[in-house]
Amino acid sequence: MIYMDNAATSWPKPPEVLRAMTEVLERAGGNPGRSGHRLSIEAARVIYDVREEVAQFFHAADPLRVVFTANVTHALNTALLGFLDSGDHVVVSSMEHNAVMRPLRYLEQQGVFLSIVPCAPDGSISLQDVAEAMTVKTRLVVIVHASNVIGTILPVAEIAAIAHSAGALILVDAAQTAGAIPIDVQAMGIDLLAFTGHKALQGPPGIGGLVIGAGVDVARLHPLMRGGTGSQSELEVQPEYMPDKYESGTPNIVGIAGLGAGIRWLKHRGVDAIRDHEKMLTNALIDGLSVIPGVKLYGIGDSGRSMPVVSIAVSGKRVSEVGQRLDDEFDILCRVGLHCAPSAHKTIGTFPEGTVRFAPGALTTLDEVQQTIKAVERITRS
Amino acid sequence: MSQYGVILFFTTSSAIQSEKMLLKESFAVKLIPVPRELSSDCGIALRFDWDDMERVTLVLVEAKVETDSVHRLP
Repeated sequence: MIYMDNAATSWPKPPEVLRAMTEVLERAGGNPGRSGHRLSIEAARVIYDVREEVAQFFHAADPLRVVFTANVTHALNTALLGFLDSGDHVVVSSMEHNAVMRPLRYLEQQGVFLSIVPCAPDGSISLQDVAEAMTVKTRLVVIVHASNVIGTILPVAEIAAIAHSAGALILVDAAQTAGAIPIDVQAMGIDLLAFTGHKALQGPPGIGGLVIGAGVDVARLHPLMRGGTGSQSELEVQPEYMPDKYESGTPNIVGIAGLGAGIRWLKHRGVDAIRDHEKMLTNALIDGLSVIPGVKLYGIGDSGRSMPVVSIAVSGKRVSEVGQRLDDEFDILCRVGLHCAPSAHKTIGTFPEGTVRFAPGALTTLDEVQQTIKAVERITRS
Repeated sequence: MSQYGVILFFTTSSAIQSEKMLLKESFAVKLIPVPRELSSDCGIALRFDWDDMERVTLVLVEAKVETDSVHRLP
């Protein structure tokens, strides 16, 4: 079986991740911060250590401003619903995932104003267009770090500078990039970084997070949920302290331990080395697929400016048929359709049909990429 | 009075953070359930040798760790 769907979730996971997840239940199975006995304290230590790992990994100054969430969608919702009020203006790209667009469309009904900056069909954005979309009412710029449809990386640091010069903050959806390319929230000026653990960070599904920068006044960022935190139990109002304000309920310690092991695995392998490997695979995919008659490639066509996400259409064939034949006849798993990103597909001109998306990962081999190219070639001929 | 003091925190994360920092500086500290006579909280507190009181609090102040209060155990 050839797994070409790492943009949806990375697979297989490093064995270290699986081990960390079973080990934490055996060794630190208490409820962190609730009970005060040794299993509870050990659970809290595991969580704090991963909080620190995440902060270091993204160059965040304060580990207590790393908030764990269930996934990147949860992190994005926390930021969007918690920060924006009626009358606020938001600038967003046209390449966003529904994890951003659906909460924003909901907020629009509550009186938030939206400006969507159109991107080029290759997914790139004009900084001038971003600057021109800013108004005195703009409180937030929301930007996907890299498209989940065609992989195009957006210039987050430059967009952050535009946002800040207009007095706004920036929220970055790093679903495709966290763990795959270096992210330095301080150097890049990222105020709010939403990430998921189960993609390039190599962790399990069910864990993600929001990294909150020093420039964010948490008094103005309301929590999505309220409840037990193990702290200030005498009070029936939500504590304001970090990170408890945003972490009500028993945390996903198994997922957190897996995420920590994923980050340590990445650091051991080297993010740059994995990036080089994935660029090599992406180049091979682009080169191999682009010469097949009847195959149309989307995206920027440059592995240095995109993530390992390659989208194609096959002339005369439905994307669903291509996907099913790859699975049934060639044992190749990819994702077809709209990838939860209708706005991105409208931008690249593939709405409503969608594309066939190949996403190699850290553990994909060149041979697997070559077999994938051959399979597509055979499907186009019959 | 006992030889121990105890520091209370607003969050479990701060307690763990403090333990990690102080163990690194070789202080003899231990996380314990918050003594009921000090707080109704259900979390954990950090016990330390009262002789180290000034040096322990200095480490936490310099690291800008948020603490609730410091007590000597009876």
